[in-house]
Parts: sequence; structure tokens; C-alpha cells
Amino acid sequence: MRLNALARLGCTGLDALERLGRAHLLFVRSVLGIGEILRRPRLLWAQIFNVGVLSLLIVGISGLFVGMVLGLQGYYVLAQFGAEQSLGVMVATSLVRELGPVVTALLVAGRAGSSLTAEIGLMKATEQLSALEMMAVDPVRRILTPRLFGGILAMPLLAAIFSAVGVLGGYFVGVGLLGVDDGAFWSQMQAKVDFEEDILNGLIKSLAFGVIVTWVALFQGYDSVPTAAGVSSATTRSVVHAALIVLGVDFVLTALMFGG
Amino acid sequence: MDKRHQIEVMVGAFMAVGILALFFLAMSVSNLNLNASTEGYRLTARFSNAGSLKVRAPVTMAGVRIGRVEAVGFDKATYEAIVTLRIDAGIDTIPDDTFANIFTAGLLGEQYVGLEPGGSQDYLHDGGQITNTQSALILEQMIGQFLFKKAGESG
Repeated sequence: MRLNALARLGCTGLDALERLGRAHLLFVRSVLGIGEILRRPRLLWAQIFNVGVLSLLIVGISGLFVGMVLGLQGYYVLAQFGAEQSLGVMVATSLVRELGPVVTALLVAGRAGSSLTAEIGLMKATEQLSALEMMAVDPVRRILTPRLFGGILAMPLLAAIFSAVGVLGGYFVGVGLLGVDDGAFWSQMQAKVDFEEDILNGLIKSLAFGVIVTWVALFQGYDSVPTAAGVSSATTRSVVHAALIVLGVDFVLTALMFGG
Repeated sequence: MDKRHQIEVMVGAFMAVGILALFFLAMSVSNLNLNASTEGYRLTARFSNAGSLKVRAPVTMAGVRIGRVEAVGFDKATYEAIVTLRIDAGIDTIPDDTFANIFTAGLLGEQYVGLEPGGSQDYLHDGGQITNTQSALILEQMIGQFLFKKAGESG
């Protein structure tokens, strides 16, 4: 009885390791399929459309509201120190460094990642992937590679749009509604926000998150149990795992970029 | 316009908007100045205390930025701070008896180098040294001196 429990524990551990190994092998195989999208770029455009264009509205609106909230909250804190002129710096740095990449990644995980998982899980459940293999078409190259690169390319652009719209939202609230000086808002922001340290690091972050979100979504779909219940639990896992990994990696990247 | 074509147009528009947003962030938010560090010429100034002066801090004259701090080093022989200033190329008429101060923007703001021109007819060139300097004001020291003086008056 006790031996059984020990065996089960070992079995769970080995299962987890095996899943981790399969995930990495799948990632390497998808990246190696890059020749496929060079030969058929149309596959890539369709996926950038799915991840990027269709997420544009939710990312833009979220960015606007996050920027406006930052403008309001920042104003009340900064006004206590008589430093409301620094509102632009506060809004821009927090958006470009943190909120832009992270919130965009969470939104994309919910909006596009879940649909990627469901799509691929359903392809597997209805044996479309096996059918491709029957026709000697590698499903990893044909199905997963364009989706992976589409997500990786779309994410930094979405994060940049999020930050830009957010800065405008903060400007609208700070200057338009609360009466912060127009010139001070922009000039302080331009003086304190650094292109390499802030904007470039934010871009690197969102690129990493793009890899994580699409990779997790693709693996969960490809590795799902091919039943209705299996696909639904894979979709849930896709969003939950992507969100957790994004937040964890964000801490590590922030410590590496801004900790020193 | 067939559906395939439409997708490509939409993706193109999305890419354009994304790159536009990046451009906006680079130019309007961070005021990226390409090749700014390779233009202009260098001056050095020695301060007995550089305070918390940072690289890229502005160098101003009459309140207008005319350059940036390129490096802050330490001279182990004289125990002084050596501040290298990168002055914009167009500003080539800085007198050699110019006075360099380290000021603080506002009470809690960042420190910057303020130059006050002297009356000399000789101008500083690349590699020149500003000899008249005044160190950064350290708030704690000022408060300490103030308290010390007050204590001396009352006692």
C-alpha cells in the first residue's frame, strides 16, 4: 500500500518530466519548420491576422483604459508631493516597462491563445492531424510553425500599440481633465524615458511573452486528450499556464534588466 | 476584393499601426536621439564632489541644454571626480574661464551641470578642461551646517 503511493508519486513526477520534454521537442520542431513559412508566407499572414488584427480592438481599448486609470491614480499620489508634472514619466515608464508587455500577453493568452489550443485540439480530436500525416504533410510544420511565428511577431506590435494608446489615455486624463501642464507632461517624459533601457527592454519582454503564450497554447492543443472533455480542459490549462509562466518570467526578466 | 487579399491588407495595416506605435514611443515618449553621443566635442571638469550626477545628465548654459554628461570618473591621485562633458557641435564659443556648477533641478530633482560663461576671449576646444568648478550641494551637509550654526548662536 505504501509502496503503491510511492510508485504513484514517482509516476506523476516522470509524467511531468515527460510532458516538459515533449513541450521542448515540439518547440524545436516548430522552430525548425521555418522553411515552410518562407515557402508559403501566406500561412504566416493568416496567423498574424488571427492573433494580431483580431486582438487589436481589445488591446487598444484595454490600453486606453489602463492609461487613463494610471493618469488618475498617479495624479493623486504625485499631487501630494507637488510633483504632478512627473505624471507623464510615471504613466510612460509603467506602461512601457511593465503593463504594456504583461497585460498584452495576458489579453492575447485569453483572446488568441485559448482559440489556438481549441483549434488544434479539435483538429486532433477529429483526426485532421493524422489525415495530414497520411498525405505525408508534417502537421507540425504546416499547422504549428506558422501559428508560432505569427504569435511571436504579433505580440511586440500589440504591446507597442497598447503602450502608445495608454500614454495617450494618460495624457487625456492628466492634461485634459486634471490640468497638468501640457509641455511639462511631454518634456519630462522625453527627458526621463530612455529608448534602450525602457522601450527596447519592454520590446524584448513582449517578444519573450509572445514565445511563451503561443508555445503553451500550441503544446496544450497538440498534446490534448482527443475528446470533448480533453480539449476543454486543455483550453483552460492553456490560459492558466500561459498567465502563470508570463508573470513568473516577467519577474526574472525585470530582475535581469532593471535589477542591476 | 477576394477574402485572401483582404487578410493581407488587414495584416499590412496591423503591421503599419504597430510600427507607427513603436515610432511614436521612440520619438515622442523617449525622444530617441540617434548618434547624439558621437557628435560635438569633449570637455572635462574636476569637482571635489560630484554628488549623484549621472551619465546622460544635461549640461546647460543659461538654462538651455547644450550637451550631456558623458562619463563620471574618479582621479585616485587627487581624490577628485572627473566629469567628461559632451558639448553639442554648434556650441564652440565657450570661454576658457567658464564656471561649472552641479545644480539640482527642483528640491528633489535630478542633478545637472550648469555652465556660466566667463569674460575671456579664448575659447575651449576638444579635450579642454574647465578649471573653475563648484561641487554639488549635498542636502544633508547643508542641514548639518545649518543646525551646527543654530546651536552655536543659541549657546
